[in-house]
Amino acid sequence: MEECLNTIAQYGLRSIGIGERLLPRSDYTLCQQFTLIGSGMIWNIYFGTVALLAGFVLATAVALGKAARNPVIRKASEWFIFLFRGSPLFIQFFFAYFFFLSLKSQYAFFDPFTSAWLGALIVLFLNTSAYTGEIFYGALQSIPKGDTEAADAYGLAGWSRFRRVIWPTMLRLAWPAYTNEAIFLFHSTTLVFFTGFPAWQQRGDALYYANFFADKTFNPFVPYPILAFYFILLTLVVIGLMGRIGKRLNAHLPQDVKRPRARFLPQIIR
Amino acid sequence: MSCYLTTGKHMGFYWSFLTVLSLLAITAPLSLSFGFGGAVAARSRIAPLAWFGKGYIAIVRGVPDIAFFLFFVIALDQGIEYLRHQVLCPDWPDAIRQGNDFLVCPEAKMPLGNAPQWLHETYGFFLAVFTFAIVFGAFAANVLFGAMRAVPKAQLETAEAYGMTRRQTFWRIIVPQMWVYALPGLGNLWMVLIKATPLLFLLGVEDVVYWARELGGTKTPRFTDYPHGDWRMWYFLVLLIFYLAFTRVSEIVLDRLMRRLTRGQATAAGEAQRKAAA
Repeated sequence: MEECLNTIAQYGLRSIGIGERLLPRSDYTLCQQFTLIGSGMIWNIYFGTVALLAGFVLATAVALGKAARNPVIRKASEWFIFLFRGSPLFIQFFFAYFFFLSLKSQYAFFDPFTSAWLGALIVLFLNTSAYTGEIFYGALQSIPKGDTEAADAYGLAGWSRFRRVIWPTMLRLAWPAYTNEAIFLFHSTTLVFFTGFPAWQQRGDALYYANFFADKTFNPFVPYPILAFYFILLTLVVIGLMGRIGKRLNAHLPQDVKRPRARFLPQIIR
Repeated sequence: MSCYLTTGKHMGFYWSFLTVLSLLAITAPLSLSFGFGGAVAARSRIAPLAWFGKGYIAIVRGVPDIAFFLFFVIALDQGIEYLRHQVLCPDWPDAIRQGNDFLVCPEAKMPLGNAPQWLHETYGFFLAVFTFAIVFGAFAANVLFGAMRAVPKAQLETAEAYGMTRRQTFWRIIVPQMWVYALPGLGNLWMVLIKATPLLFLLGVEDVVYWARELGGTKTPRFTDYPHGDWRMWYFLVLLIFYLAFTRVSEIVLDRLMRRLTRGQATAAGEAQRKAAA
C-alpha cells in the first residue's frame, strides 16, 4: 500500500512531465501499470475536451454554412465536411504531421505545430467539427416548421431568431447523436501517438503506456483491460455530463412524453 | 519520373493497395457472420449465452477500437501458440510465462521459426483479418440485433399462429425480413470499415501507410538512383485522395442500393419515392 502511494506520487503526473523521468525498467507491478496508464489519460481528456469545446463553435458555423443560401459558403462547408468525414482520421494525422513538418523547415513559427499538444489537437478539432457539423446540419433540417413560423409570428428575426429559437432547438434535436460523437472523439484521441506525432520523453497517452507495458511484459492481458477500465469510466462520465445538459435543453417540454434516448452507434471509427 | 514511379519498392506500394482491398473483401463477410453469431447469442434464451452476446457488443463499443486491435493481435498470437504448445509438447518442463517472457517449445512456434518470409507475412495478415472481424463483428452484431427487433411484431404473431416453432420463426420470418432494416446500419459500417483499414499498419502488416512512410522518407544519392527530400507529405496526400475517392464511390453505390431496396416498401422512404414518381 505504502509502496503504491509512492508509485502514484512518482508517476501520477508522468505524462505531463512532472515527477520521475525514468520509466520503470523491470518487475512491473500492477500499481505501476494502473498509475502510468491513468497518468496517460490526462492527454486523452485534454485532447477530447479542448477539441470538443472548440469544435462545437466551428461545427455550428459549418452546419449553418451547409444550410446557407449562398452557394460559395455552402460548397465550402460541404467540402470541409466531406474532406474530414470521407478520409480516415489516421491518415489525416499522418498528413497533418508531415505537412507541419515541411512548413516548420521553412518558418520557425510552425515549431509547436509538429508536437502533439497543438498539431494533433488541430486535426482532432477540425475532424470533430466536420462530424458534429453534419449532425447539427441534420438537426437544423428537422426543426419543426411550427417553431420557425412561431418565431416569425413573434416578430423575431435575424440574430435573436437564431439565438432564441433555431439554435436551442437544433441542439435539442442533435443532442443524442452529439453525445455519441463526444464518446467516439474521446476514443479516437488514442490514435494520436500512434501516428507521426512523437511522444516527447515518453510522455504519451493512456494507450501509449498500455502499449509500452504490453511490449515490455509481452503480456497484453493486464495493461489493455486496465485501459478499458479507464475508458469505460470516461465514457460513463461523458454520458452523465451530456445527459445533464440534454435534460436542461429539454426542460421546457412535457416531461412524461417518451423521447428517444441516446442511442449508441452511429460513428464508430473515423 | 516514370522510372521513379516504377521502382521495385513502388511496385510494393501499389501491391499494398491490393492488400487493403483484399482485407476488405475478406473481413466484410467474416465480420458479418461474427455479427450474426453475436446477435443470435444476444437474443438467446439461455442466460449465459445472452450475457456473452450482449457483453461482446457492449465492451467493444465502450473501449477504443485501436486498443482492441493492439490487444487482439498479441492475444490471438499467444493463444494459438499456447494451444499448440499444449498439444505438441505436453511434457515441456518450464512454465510458459517466465517474468517478462512468453516461451513455448520451438515446435509450437507459429509460424515455425524456419518458415519462409512470405508465410510470416501471410500469418500476420490473417491475424489482422481475424482481429478486424472480431471488432467489426461486434458492431455488426449491434446493427443486426436492432434489425431483428425491428421486424414488425404482427409478422411474428402470425408465424406463431401458424404453429411455427421459435427456430422456424427465426429462420423463415425474421432473417429474410431483417435486411431492409439492417442495411443503413451495415452501409454505415462499411464506410467505417474502409476508414479503419489504415490501422493495418499498427498490426504490423506492410500496408499503404507503411509504404508511404518508407517511400516518402528522405533519400540520399548514396542509396538510391532517385534522391529526393522528405516527400511523405505528398505520399499521404495521395492516400488521403485515395480514401476520399473510395468512400465517395461507396456512398454512391450504397445510395443506389438503398433506393433499390426501399422501392415498394411500406416505409417513409418508400412512400416518398412513390410520391416523387407520381
